[in-house]
Amino acid sequence: MSDLPLLEAVGLTVLLEVNGARRAVLRDVSLALRPGEAVGLVGESGSGKSMTARAMGRLLPPGAEVRGSIRFGGTDVGGLAGADLRRYRSQVAMIFQDPRAHVNPVRRIGDFLTEALRSNHAVPRAQARRRAVDMLAQVGIEDGTRRLRQYPHQMSGGMLQRIMIAAALLTGPRLLLADEPTTALDVTTQAEVMAILDNLRRRSGLAMLFITHDLELAAAICDRTAVMYAGQIVEVRASALLHSDPLHPYTAALAAARPDITRTMHRLRAIPGRPLSAFEAPAAECAFAPRCPHVAGVCRAAVPGLVELAGGVSRCARANELRGQLEVTPGG
Amino acid sequence: MRRWRFVARRLVVLVASLLVASLVIFAALYLAPGTPLAALSGGQPLPPASVQVLEQRYHLNQSFPAQYWYWLENALHGNLGVSITLRENVSTLIASRIWTTAGLVLYASLIIVVLGIGLGVVSGLRPGPFDGGVLVVTAVCAAIPAFVAAIALIIVFAVKLGWFPALGNGTGFLDNVRHFTLPAVSLATASLAIVARVTRASVRQEADREHVQTAVSRGIPARQVIRRHILRNAAVPITTITGITTASLIAVAAVVEVAFSLNGLGAYLVQAAETKDIAVVQGISLLLVTAFVVVNLLTDLICAVLDPRLALTDSPR
Amino acid sequence: MTTVRAAGETAASRRGVALLRATGPAGIASATVISAATFAAAFGPLLAPYDPDLPNLSLAWAGPVGGHLLGYDFEGRDVLSRLLAGAQSSMLGPLAVVILSVTAGTLLAVTAAWRRGVSDAVISSGLNVLFAFPGILLAILAAAVFGAGLPAAAIALSVAYLPYVARVLRGAALRERNQPYVAALEVQGASATAICLRHVIPNIGPLIVAQATILFGYAMVDLAAVSFLGLGVQPPTANWGVMIAENQDGLLLGHPLPAVAAGLCIVAVVIAVNVLGERLFDQARAARG
Repeated sequence: MSDLPLLEAVGLTVLLEVNGARRAVLRDVSLALRPGEAVGLVGESGSGKSMTARAMGRLLPPGAEVRGSIRFGGTDVGGLAGADLRRYRSQVAMIFQDPRAHVNPVRRIGDFLTEALRSNHAVPRAQARRRAVDMLAQVGIEDGTRRLRQYPHQMSGGMLQRIMIAAALLTGPRLLLADEPTTALDVTTQAEVMAILDNLRRRSGLAMLFITHDLELAAAICDRTAVMYAGQIVEVRASALLHSDPLHPYTAALAAARPDITRTMHRLRAIPGRPLSAFEAPAAECAFAPRCPHVAGVCRAAVPGLVELAGGVSRCARANELRGQLEVTPGG
Repeated sequence: MRRWRFVARRLVVLVASLLVASLVIFAALYLAPGTPLAALSGGQPLPPASVQVLEQRYHLNQSFPAQYWYWLENALHGNLGVSITLRENVSTLIASRIWTTAGLVLYASLIIVVLGIGLGVVSGLRPGPFDGGVLVVTAVCAAIPAFVAAIALIIVFAVKLGWFPALGNGTGFLDNVRHFTLPAVSLATASLAIVARVTRASVRQEADREHVQTAVSRGIPARQVIRRHILRNAAVPITTITGITTASLIAVAAVVEVAFSLNGLGAYLVQAAETKDIAVVQGISLLLVTAFVVVNLLTDLICAVLDPRLALTDSPR
Repeated sequence: MTTVRAAGETAASRRGVALLRATGPAGIASATVISAATFAAAFGPLLAPYDPDLPNLSLAWAGPVGGHLLGYDFEGRDVLSRLLAGAQSSMLGPLAVVILSVTAGTLLAVTAAWRRGVSDAVISSGLNVLFAFPGILLAILAAAVFGAGLPAAAIALSVAYLPYVARVLRGAALRERNQPYVAALEVQGASATAICLRHVIPNIGPLIVAQATILFGYAMVDLAAVSFLGLGVQPPTANWGVMIAENQDGLLLGHPLPAVAAGLCIVAVVIAVNVLGERLFDQARAARG
């Protein structure tokens, strides 16, 4: 795996108009993905994970102010326009959470699948349809030719999500932004779709940013995982180490909060308080301080910076001190 | 297969609807105070010979269902009776006037489709001062009844500016168009405003949908996104409101024809109602109701083609 | 300083005022216009500065002069007085239409929604037939059968509007009926009538009010059109629609004021009613949540 990042966000800050005022929804987010690498992005609602993907995919709402930079293969993404921007979009594909809302209900599946190929890559219709049928087979949909003529309402959510994946991969992208692709599906379908994603990704050498609120899910198919809180990255770590050796109290709390299926729990370990959105975060202290069991004076002095530690990154002011003490002990 | 069942079901509803409506129209003869004979004669005394003719023609000595049957059968064969005031066949009288009304309604529909949908689409896609202006203008125009619009248009364009005539049909196609312009605009004003508002709202709503984001995220050019994902999806509510308002034009045309002294079915219907020429009223009512129901059905069918999910439902709209 | 409430102020009227304030400045302006028109409808003949019905042909088409702010109409009557007097029939007609169709529509809709099954099928089919008749057409038909006049036209319009009102309210009533609280009340032994009258109907109340307001606008336009055609209110009774027809010749003679004034009255009230109705619809939707 090459060490040059495929996509790199540096100091990304995004401000939106919220109820008439400019508020930050992302604060100083820095994240890099290498070619072929799968990175998980985990956080609760309001943490900014979706917004990060949208910023990378140039899908922010109009009027959003973007500071910092996003570079793809060295080129600044923010400055792209017209044909260049469309070419970027073929290289960076995105799949979304609710497939039924994200596929046009009045057009056939065939149109949906072949649209990008025909309009951006000048692929003739018959050829585009053939490629679509092949891709459908790869995501586990066998009678592709018949499916092409059907409408979305004739399919289940799981099937639609697979079709969305197929559509995204048809243009041969180098990076896939997956925004909670399995959250709206039932558990069995979830497992199937995850398997397909993982499989295809490895075969084609595709890089992926996998967004989810489920720490375990991210760990399952991503090599590295980043954790977000209140619009900031608070930890980036190899997925395997995230559970056994977290570098930030929030990560530890997240991991501990999930009930362990193998033990009897007498009380669920919830994190006290409620998650903050980026624009609610205080300006001069650690955003997690009010809920953190390890809070100290230094946490309230200033917004903690990112600290490189043990092959990962942490935004805890006391990261070095707390190393090794942040155990994930499920409640008892 | 499912689509044909849908069409068949709708056609059955249409025929049933028309049958019951025709029954209501026919029964008007009996609802009128006095005997049917009095109603048919317009309240005027008739010599016994004429009474006999009427009794024979309308089968007045037979049972109600039988009379209805004869009337309906005749109507389906194009025989709608005789006008008591003009002593001519109702069908002939209708035929000479139908193109006036049809022309007027078509002209107005054209204006509504081009201007109404056009303004709505532009305004929906571009928020800004133009959009604000459209909102205010349509709010006012939607409240202007056809005959009030007629007054205003006559004052400005016929009297002050002299660009268009204020009365009559005119002779020859181009002259007809000139004579029909102010009437068509009057007829179209309120409906145009409503169609523009609904179009604007639908376009806005569709533009905000998630699947539009998907298309954008795949690099589809903006013009295609607008055409294939926003407008195409807004087509159903737009078609629905256009269909409904066009159908309503069929009735309101009468008011405009009277205001501009046009020789159309509506004006004739009003005349017949005033002189209690029941046969004529029944004949024209039947025709207008049929046209109204057919236009509504066509609207439903077009919508079902545009959005295949609609073909699955049972009830209209 | 004292806590004595002003006489006549009840909880309902306070709710009404709060509802009105929530509709914004446009809503309040509309309510003002409607109130003015209603006031004129109630007291018009008393407020009229001159006799609205006395013709004086020597003054026909004379322009605004002295106390006659809007001039004279085609028969030499004061236009302003005639407008004020005409407010009565112009406002009461649509009011009657709205009351009739909304009452009947609510009853039919709630019955159909509550009973479902056969009753619903029968009511819905019956109403489907009425969809075939545009309002004005039915009014013209009624005039032909029963003679021209306001009552026949008003009843005909009520019947023509019935299916539209019933369809909207039936949907809302069905939604209410499926709410858990209704099942709870049924289990407690409350009768169907009691549940409908005391819970279902009040809950769809905001929608009924919004619908009635918009319907008033349609009724006003249609009734004025029928009167314009000579099949509704009959001259010499003052009525805005009739005034437009009566004074239409004046347009070509260079005396547009009487017809235009009457037209403006109609448009003003309809705009006000549409704006208010739209705001009320938004409120009803927001209340539903």
